[in-house]
Amino acid sequence: MPTYLKELQQGLFTLLTNDQRIILLGEDIIDPYGGAFKVTAGLSTQFPGRLITTPIAEAGITGVAVGLALRGYVPILEIMFGDFLTLCADQIINHATKFSSMYSAVSCPLIIRSPMGGGRGYGPTHSQSLEKLFLGTPHLKIISPSNFHNPGRTIQQIVQYESNPVLFIEHKLLYSEFLQVSNEIIHVNLQSSEEGYHTAIIKNYTVGNPDLCLISYGGTSRFLPKLLTDLAVEEVRIIAVLPEVIDPAPIDILVPYAAAARRVVIAEESTADFGWAVGIAGMLYEKLWKQLDCPIKVVTSERCVIPTASEQEKEVLISALKIENAIMEVLSWL
Amino acid sequence: MSAQLEFFYEKMLLIRTFEETLLRLFSQGYLRGTVHTCIGQEACAVGIIAALNSEQDTVCSNHRGHGHFLMFSEQNMYGLFAEILGLESGICNGKGGSQHLHVTNFYSNGILGGMVPVATGIALAHKLKKENAISVVFVGDGAMAEGIIYESLNMAALWQLPLLLVVEQNQIAQSTPWTLEHGSIIEDRSPAFGVPRIAVDGNHVESVYNTAKELITQMRIDNAPRCLVLHTYRLGPHSKGDDQRSSTELAMNQEKDPLKQLEILLTQQIVTHIKMRCQKRISDMLTHFLIS
Ligand SMILES: Cc1ncc(C[n+]2csc(CCOP(=O)(O)OP(=O)(O)O)c2C)c(N)n1
Ligand SMILES: [Mg+2]
Repeated sequence: MPTYLKELQQGLFTLLTNDQRIILLGEDIIDPYGGAFKVTAGLSTQFPGRLITTPIAEAGITGVAVGLALRGYVPILEIMFGDFLTLCADQIINHATKFSSMYSAVSCPLIIRSPMGGGRGYGPTHSQSLEKLFLGTPHLKIISPSNFHNPGRTIQQIVQYESNPVLFIEHKLLYSEFLQVSNEIIHVNLQSSEEGYHTAIIKNYTVGNPDLCLISYGGTSRFLPKLLTDLAVEEVRIIAVLPEVIDPAPIDILVPYAAAARRVVIAEESTADFGWAVGIAGMLYEKLWKQLDCPIKVVTSERCVIPTASEQEKEVLISALKIENAIMEVLSWL
Repeated sequence: MSAQLEFFYEKMLLIRTFEETLLRLFSQGYLRGTVHTCIGQEACAVGIIAALNSEQDTVCSNHRGHGHFLMFSEQNMYGLFAEILGLESGICNGKGGSQHLHVTNFYSNGILGGMVPVATGIALAHKLKKENAISVVFVGDGAMAEGIIYESLNMAALWQLPLLLVVEQNQIAQSTPWTLEHGSIIEDRSPAFGVPRIAVDGNHVESVYNTAKELITQMRIDNAPRCLVLHTYRLGPHSKGDDQRSSTELAMNQEKDPLKQLEILLTQQIVTHIKMRCQKRISDMLTHFLIS
């Protein structure tokens, strides 16, 4: 099985091969370095002139990518760490998304890729999940494939389908993970939206109804193979639902699974309060009021700085154990 | 020569009349939100844009962009007016309003300095497509304090992009004189990044035009960036009625009004004739929009 990183590299390779509009930009992305997380390794050698290594000027290079997108290119911009997206916010919110929506007949097919997430000891300013800050931005799509999806396929889907800006969020800890497929215990299905994006539906049982629906996205998928297997041993039937498009969320796809399970846990790695999980919970309550057996439980990381020290970092970040505890708490409601 | 002066005069006067009309309509309650007029700075818009080829060159503009727009695309004057009036027939369906304009190769936005990296990206697109086109971006002296402009100058120099940064140095930003905003003169900025700079009297339309023409000719050959600083003066308010400058200062600068400078050079008869034509075009426009 290929890794998340390999599939993503392959997706970019295919795009560069087939679509002359594609230009890759970012800091340190050319060979021999090939990007801080090696996503673009080899590409500048294979596609001379198509990758542009940029100065360390996140706001400026985002604007440059916007300009390219306005004039017929499909720029794929790498922001080295997702934490630096704060610097790009003005170009994303007040420029890219506005051009495609306030001007007549203008498209701005800008793709910004960026790794988020903790767990590697990078400390307070290199470990966050700041996609949270961009949630709800009009005319912006936020896509974050898990390792039950294929990020290489997804990035190609974006190029084919989108004419407006997209934030493509990769969790750092997924790069080395293998893509997950079904095994004896875990059954994976990919449900396609009309736009062709996938929601991964993962069950740890074969017959009967689920005891609980776990909704999450992106990097938290790394916990699921073991967590769902362990829970299967305890005969806890879980249906995990992971959309790759996290905003606007495919709520109509999520609702039937939540309704069938009647008990819901929503997990995300970002900090507590006012995040994705809370937003999804709000939408589910609106659709499923009185159809649930108990309140929806939200699991996140702590609302505090993400420490560098290993033990301290573990304490604040979301974990398999915290998700499991939330599942047990929800199942214990009478 | 005189034909060219007449041409410039007519373009500037059309912008002036259009914008004076906007201020009047504002006070009469026809407009909402805000309008920033370029009254006193028309020579900047006219001189620069007359030197471009609007079929291939691109313009990124700012909050004070009606003049740039009218010079770039006079045929869309009604569309601009409708946009400012907030009508769906506007060039941006009424969504953009005064500060957010687009037709063909023209883009404006209301975030100071934010269009400079966008124009840099457009210049990169021009260069990659080997179109021999120029990307022009207008900013004010106040905007020159925004950091992203310096990120852009660095990239334009690094990648040798056909970017022309035009600074309309009208000596004020909203209410603040430029001396309270800048610790060094604006002329010194772009050369430090490797982007050659020229400064001219921005109220003298021929100087602006001739300089722009020369720069653009060079840029089509070397594809490299330039900066043009235009010394000018905002004769009107920042937006509407928000001006606390002294009447002495204003009167002194009225003398340098770019339109008055041309009126001295043209015959009385021609001036009157052009004035009538501009008045008629604006009153026809108002009639079209059922405004008296
Ligand atoms: C990023 C940003 N900050 C502040 C403003 C509010 N604002 C609009 S125009 C203006 C003054 C701009 O001065 P200058 O750049 O010199 O242009 P001028 O108005 O003189 O043409 C200010 C502060 C804005 N639109 N964008
Ligand atoms: Mg100014």
